[in-house]
Order: sequence, then structure tokens, then C-alpha cells
Amino acid sequence: MKQLRKLLSSWSWEALLVVLLLLTLVLGNSLSPYFFTPFNFSLMVESFMEIAIMALSMTLIIIAGEIDLSVASTLGLASVMMGITWNAGIPLWLDIIIALATGGVAGLFNGLLVTRLGLPSLVVTLGTLALYRGLAYVILGSQAVSNFPAAYSNFGIGDVPGTLIPWTLVMFVILALLCIVLLHRSWIGRQIYAIGNNKEAARFAGIRVNRIKLWLFVLSGVLAALAGIVFTARISSARADNAVGFELFVITVVLLGGVNIFGGQGSLVGVILALFVVGGLRNALGLANVSGDVQNIVVGMLLIFSVLGPNVVQRIRTVISRRRLASGSSKRV
Amino acid sequence: MKKLFPTLGSGLMVFVMLLLTACGGSTSTTTGTGTPSSSGSNLNIVFLPKAINNPYFDTAASGGTEASKALKGSFKQVGPSTASASDQVTWINTLTTQHVNAIVVSANDPNALAPALKQAMAQGIKVVSYDSDVEPDARQVFINQANSEDIGRSEVQILGKELNYTGQIAILSAASTATNQNTWIDFMKNELSLPQYKNMQLVKTVYGNDDDQTSFNDTLSLMQAYPNLKGIISPTTVGIAAAARAIESVNKGGKVALTGLGTPNQMRKYVLDGTVQQFALWNPADLGYLAYYAAAALIQGKITGQTGQTFSAGKLGTKTIGANGVVLLGPPTVFSKTNIGQFNF
Amino acid sequence: MTTTSKQVNGASIPPPRSGYRLVVFVSRVRELGLLAVLLLLVIIVGVQVPQFFTLSNMVQILLSVSILAIVAIGETLVVLTRNVDLSVGSIVGFSAFVAANLFKQHPGANLLFGILLGCILGLMLGMLNGLIVSWGRVPAIVATLGTLYVFRGLDFLYAGGNQVSASDVPDSFLSLATVPLLGIPLLIWFAALLALIFGYWLHASRTGRQLYAIGSNPEAARLVGIRSDLLVFGAFAISGVLSGFAGVLWGARFATVDATAASGLELQVVAAVVVGGVNIFGGSGRMLGAMLGAIVLATIDNSLSFLRVSQFWLQAIDGAAILIAVTLDALITRWVQRLLITRRQR
Repeated sequence: MKQLRKLLSSWSWEALLVVLLLLTLVLGNSLSPYFFTPFNFSLMVESFMEIAIMALSMTLIIIAGEIDLSVASTLGLASVMMGITWNAGIPLWLDIIIALATGGVAGLFNGLLVTRLGLPSLVVTLGTLALYRGLAYVILGSQAVSNFPAAYSNFGIGDVPGTLIPWTLVMFVILALLCIVLLHRSWIGRQIYAIGNNKEAARFAGIRVNRIKLWLFVLSGVLAALAGIVFTARISSARADNAVGFELFVITVVLLGGVNIFGGQGSLVGVILALFVVGGLRNALGLANVSGDVQNIVVGMLLIFSVLGPNVVQRIRTVISRRRLASGSSKRV
Repeated sequence: MKKLFPTLGSGLMVFVMLLLTACGGSTSTTTGTGTPSSSGSNLNIVFLPKAINNPYFDTAASGGTEASKALKGSFKQVGPSTASASDQVTWINTLTTQHVNAIVVSANDPNALAPALKQAMAQGIKVVSYDSDVEPDARQVFINQANSEDIGRSEVQILGKELNYTGQIAILSAASTATNQNTWIDFMKNELSLPQYKNMQLVKTVYGNDDDQTSFNDTLSLMQAYPNLKGIISPTTVGIAAAARAIESVNKGGKVALTGLGTPNQMRKYVLDGTVQQFALWNPADLGYLAYYAAAALIQGKITGQTGQTFSAGKLGTKTIGANGVVLLGPPTVFSKTNIGQFNF
Repeated sequence: MTTTSKQVNGASIPPPRSGYRLVVFVSRVRELGLLAVLLLLVIIVGVQVPQFFTLSNMVQILLSVSILAIVAIGETLVVLTRNVDLSVGSIVGFSAFVAANLFKQHPGANLLFGILLGCILGLMLGMLNGLIVSWGRVPAIVATLGTLYVFRGLDFLYAGGNQVSASDVPDSFLSLATVPLLGIPLLIWFAALLALIFGYWLHASRTGRQLYAIGSNPEAARLVGIRSDLLVFGAFAISGVLSGFAGVLWGARFATVDATAASGLELQVVAAVVVGGVNIFGGSGRMLGAMLGAIVLATIDNSLSFLRVSQFWLQAIDGAAILIAVTLDALITRWVQRLLITRRQR
């Protein structure tokens, strides 16, 4: 009995998410006859791939006890770099490398401030959120670069020929598998959990805390840049205001996925499930002509209840067990 | 292992979803093209303006509603709450999935919307652009409110006369990529290069993004940076309203001339107190009305968007499609103290 | 001034007698530093562009920062307790629309009633935040991130795509922001008075010091008997009321209000508070600092337009300001700690 209860509580979060996902599918189907069609799923999945990519690195960072609010701004900066390098006549493959490198540098800057100067990542990335977005505006102004080659936009918006599977989904699946292996099956992953649980103990255990955190920030920057490349391809337009505000969604998805904001706990599987729950909900509501801002009420409430729920359940349990103890030890099972 | 169940469970879910997207591929030819379904009638036309909390577009929507009643079709308006191109893309995708019959769109960015609109057209949905155009191959017809050249030049002419053709002026625009804005601004600059404007100088163009607070602050900044600024042109209803308030808030009403495109209701106060002497606009309701008729004509196969085709536009008479699939509404109206009392929009 | 407040406001380690004056000086450096930056800025820009240095422009700067400052007062209280309130922008926007809409539908409504309406709305929303954080034990960043979305969404439901424009509301409402009292617009008076009242309360009252204690060491505060839950709830509630009040003023100042009003305000408020020296982990910082932080950022913004620097630099400079502020903080703290250690070793 105790074994079963232990088993239940350890994977209850992912199970809850699976239930939520099923509920979302049911809701979507009842809201619109077009929801449960392959065409819709294809478009829906395509629409949140950028958030998905950024959520991968955000998960790692939050588990390690830090946070990166600048991801969407790095995305914008990378998008702008794609734009100006393409405009300057530089071949596409080199543009992509430059954009990724920009993301890496952006992440490196974050990481150095956090690890070398010991600054809190919340404030550092708040500052770089504004700084990187601002740089994007300074570089490209309010223009847009849109004369990208068809192959590039096809990658962003097109599907694997013969199916409705978006190319970007294929890329995400590969990345997700790599990250899952990194986090859940490698010694680096275990170190990340250790750092998130107790930074000092991890350091004393010989883990190179600062080195790992630095690389996590670099990864965050590179993946944000990759998301920028995808975003630019999808709307076939490099703009400084691409993905403004996305960081909040990324964090919401990660937290809803069961990752503890204080670090040390959580799994990528949960985050991926949460991704589909949030994406599916927004798509379903959109098909019911609910505006984006009203959709966010549901997202916001999900976020709050993802933490509030377990807390309330915990309190009720404590109250019940206290009552049980107080009412006499003769009631021992 | 503890993680086995959730991993399997979630893996299964993702697999199922992928399967769905995969097997949809083989039948995509039948579910993809073909007659879009409708809601009752087959005139399921949806308006997608730059942003939905904008009185200008609300007035256009009233025209569209009027047309829908006359044609016994359905009318709906959706859109983002801020003038964002990528939000419009999301809405286009939603409408495509819902298989509406036609999308009538005013673009925040002519290129960013193109891939999504082309996808919509590939599904058999008709696309009409109004107010602000998209890439010509991403729509069938563009309803232009007035000749772009007329709009651009008349703005400068109005201001020039007010300022006696001397002084520094600035432009307060909307989104920097908005097609209509840029077309008009190009014509404005061209007009300014004519010899009679040699003593007038365009010092700055700022972008208020059709956001009231941004436009308000932009105007304040302009007046601070250029203390000798004599006039501002704001060819956007949100911008001109905010600029009028900003000018008044620093008590420069009458010292800094203001003109542009505004709705009579928003501008009435400032025209009557002299902050604005003249401004221009067309009737947005007529614009919406015409756009709806054009969309209906496309759905019913009466036109395909080729130059020279004609269609009936109800109370506006017969309209001819010009070059590049452009349909003109008509010349702009100039409002001033003398006639502003007659209008209510 | 009493010794206790210095030790609470000062360094994180209890200062030995010999380093006492040094620590006191360092804790004041922040506000002095901000004043110095401000003066420097004003002089540098004023020399290049004389119009910048006029009284009317100074008034413009204060006017543009007043609404932000009022919200920053509440945010300071919350941040001092080791929390953060990201929903302030949504509360301000919601309150702005509700107030403006009230005067649109009922032009004859009493001005005070409108203000009260906005404040009560802010209070309720703030209390909701407080409940979720202190009773629900949800980390503030998560809770207020969620309520940022929820409140904004509720605003949209209420507004229904409508907009209130300047011509819809009576002049008496609009005058709230502009009417001059002794030559200075009413709005600035509101901000200054609220800052003074709350700043003094924070500094001089026992409850104020308890807020610092909660932020410094929540566990110890609880053990000592401080009613942390109640105080944190109160901080969020006050933040809500102040945001609600700021919302009404927003409606009066900008007059054209729809459901997107004040989007993104929370980032600017947190930036002002951080630049002002309030520690994001709570326990230290002063109201004066937060106000100066807001003014410094607003002055930078204002000077950009005079220097004819493209407005595009605005965000980048704001971000750089935050980074510079925190970096300097960390470096100075390290320097002070090193100094105190070497002094102790002597």
C-alpha cells in the first residue's frame, strides 16, 4: 500500500498533465469541429515550436536554480542578425551560424554576470531582456527584412513532403531527445539537479557549479537564437519586435510542467506535456474565437493552480493527519 | 521504474499526435482544397483589422455589417489587441482552420502575413486587403480608400498652406512597416521636394505604432527635440488624436499646427478649439462596405481579381478593378470647423 | 536616527564598531550616487541643449514619472519582503479603463467616487495576490506572473474591445492630472506626498522595520514572532491600492484608454526599484532610493529626445542602467566586505 502511494505521488504530476491534455483534446473537439483535424494539429504544433525550443533550455536553467528572462529578446536579436546579414548578401548558411553565435554571446554575457560577479539571475536577465531587445531595435530600427529565399520560409511553415508534420517539429523532437538524454540520463544532468538542490553542497562535492551554470546560460542563448531562426522563417520576416513577451509563456510552460521554481526538481517530459496542454488550449480557444488576451486568463490560472493545487492538497493532508494524531493514537491503522 | 509510466504515457500521446499529423498527409488533397464549409450561408466573411480596439476599424466594421445584411451573408471581426504582425498571422491560421469563405485584412506588415495568407488561398479562401495592403500575390483584391498619391500630397498641401510654406515639420506615423503609411509618406516626401516647399523642412519621422501612449509620448519628444517645430502630419487616427492631446497638454495649441487623418468624433474638440484647423479622411464605413462586397463577389465567382473586371457594390455603384487588383473607394474628404458638425463617426 | 534602522538598512553582516561609520556611509552611497548621476546628467545634457534645463522641462520629467513612482512605492514594499509583484501593470490598466469608462457612462459622477472605485478594484486584486502568496504559499514570481495574465484578461472581458477617448470624458476628470497647485501639476503632488508618507512610515514605524526583517531572513522573522503572512498580505494589498490609484491617474493623464493600457509597466517599475538600490532579495533599500531610481530613468529617457538620439536606444539604455546598477552594487558590497574583514584582522 505504501509502495503504491509512493509510486502514485512520484509520477502524479505527469499523470495530471496527461489528464489535462486529454481534457484539452475533449474541450477542443467540443468547441469546434475543426479542432480534431490533422490540418489543425499541424498548424497548432507549428505555432508553438519557438516556445518549445526555448522551454528546453529554460527547464535546465530553472532546475539549476537560476532563471533566464532574456530568451525572447535574444530571439529578437538573432532574428535581426539574420535580417541584416541576409541584406548584406551573406549566404544563408553563414547567416544562421552568425545568428547562433550571437545567441551564444548573449548567453555568455548573462552567464558571466551571474557566475563571475555573483549577481542574481533574475535581475541580470531582466536587464538583458531590455538591453538585447533594445539592441535589436537599434540595429534594425523598425524596418523588416523579408526577401528570404523560399527554401528558408518553407522550412518554417512547410511540412515534410507527403505528410502534415512540420519541419520545425522534426527539429524540435531531435533537440528534445538530446536534452532528455542530457538531463535524465547523463552525469551532467545529475549535476544540474544537485546544483539546484543545494548549491553549496554540490560545490563541496566537487561539482564545478559555475562552469555548468555558465554553459547552461550559453545553451539558453543558442537555443533562443535557434528559436529566432525558426520564427523568422515562419513569418518570413526579420523584425526587431519578433516574439515580444514570449519569455512569460516559456516560463509558464516550464512551471506548469512540474519544474520547481526554486530548482532541483522537475522533468523535461512534464514540460513537453505542459507545452501541448498550453498550446492545445490556446488553439482550441482561438478556434472558438476567444481573443488572445482572454485565452491568457486560462493560462494564468493554470500557472497559479499548478503550484497552488499541490500546496492546498498538502495543507489539507497536514490538517487531516494532525487531527488524526490528536484524536488519539488508538486509531493507528 | 518510477518514470516508466509517465514516459510511456507521454510518449504515446506525442506518438498519437504525430500519427494524426502524418496520416492527414495522405488525405490532404481532399480535406485541403475543395469548397470551404460555411455557417448557414456561403458568405462567411471575416474582417481582420490591424487591431481590434481602434475606432477607425470599428467604423469600417459597421460598413461591413451593413453590407452583410444587404447580401444576407455573415459578418465577424477578429484581430489582435495591439498592432502586431505575428499576432495577425496567428489569426489568419485560425481562420484558415475554420475554413471561412473570405478574409478581409488590413496588414501591419505586407510581407510577414504573406506566407499565412497564401496558405489560406491554397485552401480556397478568398483574400481581400483593405486600408493597408499586403504583397500583391498574397491577396486577390485590394480596396484602397483613396488614391495613395492624393492622400500623401494633400496632407502636405494642407499643412503647407497653414504654415505659409515655412518651417520645420515632422511626421507621426503608425507601425513602421505599415504598407499604407509608407506609401503615403513616400508621396509626402516627394511633394515636399517641389520648389514651393523649399522653406519647409521635414526633420523627423516617428512611429507611434497606433498606440495611444506611444504616440502621445512621441509627440512630446518631438516638441522637446525640435523647439522650432511648426507642424506635424499624423496620417493615422490614433496618432492624430494623441498628438492633439499632447500639443494641448503643453499649451502649444495653435503654435504647432497639426493635420493628418482622423475621425470627426475624435477631432471635433480640437478643431473647435483651434488646435487643428483642417484634417482629411474618407468614410471608413464605406471602405468596409466596399470590402465586403468585393469579398462576396470573389466568393460568388463574379470576379477573380483581374484588371478591368467590374462588380456591383450596392449603394456605392459599380466598381472597376484597376491595375494590380486595386479598387479605389474615392477621393478623401477634408474636414474643418465649417463641416465637422455634420458627421458622426 | 536610531541605530537599529541603520543596521537593518545597511550591510548584511552586523558591523563592528570600527567599521560602523563606513557601513553607514556605504548604505547612503546609493542615494547619493543616484543624485550624483542625476546632477551629472542634467548638467551634461543641459549644457548641450539649453531647453533641457528649463523649469518647464523638469516639470515634464516629473509629470512623466509620477504615475510610475506611485506604483513603485507599492512595489518597493513588496520587494522589501523578498517578493515581487509583476501584476501591477495589469492592475493599473484595469483600473484606468474602469475609471475612464465610469466617467464616460456617467459624466456627472463624483470625481472622488471614481478615484475610490479604482482604489477598491486595486485593493481587491492586490488582496488576491496576497492570498495566493501568503496563504497559498505560491512563490510571488509565479503567482504574480499568473495574475498578470488573469487580470489583463479580465480587463479585456470587461472592456470588450471598446475604447474611451478624450472627448468622451468630462474635463474635470482630465484635470486631475494637469491642474496646477502652486504652479506644479496635481499629479506630481500626489506622487510626492505618497512617497513621503510611505517612506516615513517605512523608516519610522515598527511595522516598517518588520518588513525589512521579513526580507532579510524570513525564518528568523517568523521565529521572533513577526506575523509574516499578514504583513506580506498587507504589502500586496497596498501595492494593489496604489496601482489602482495610479490607474485612475493614468486614465486622467492619457485620456484614451483601452484594455491594453499600461502593458509592460511592471518591467519599468521593477527596473526603477532595482536601480534605486532596493535589493531584489529583500531586506534592504529605501523609498527615497526607489523614487530616485524612477527619476533617473525618466530623466535619461527625456534627455534622449533632446539629444535627438533615436528613441530606439531607450530600451537598450534602460537595460544597461539595470545592469550597471546591480554590478556596481555587487562590486561595492564585495569591496566593503573585504575592507571590514581586513579591519577586523588588524
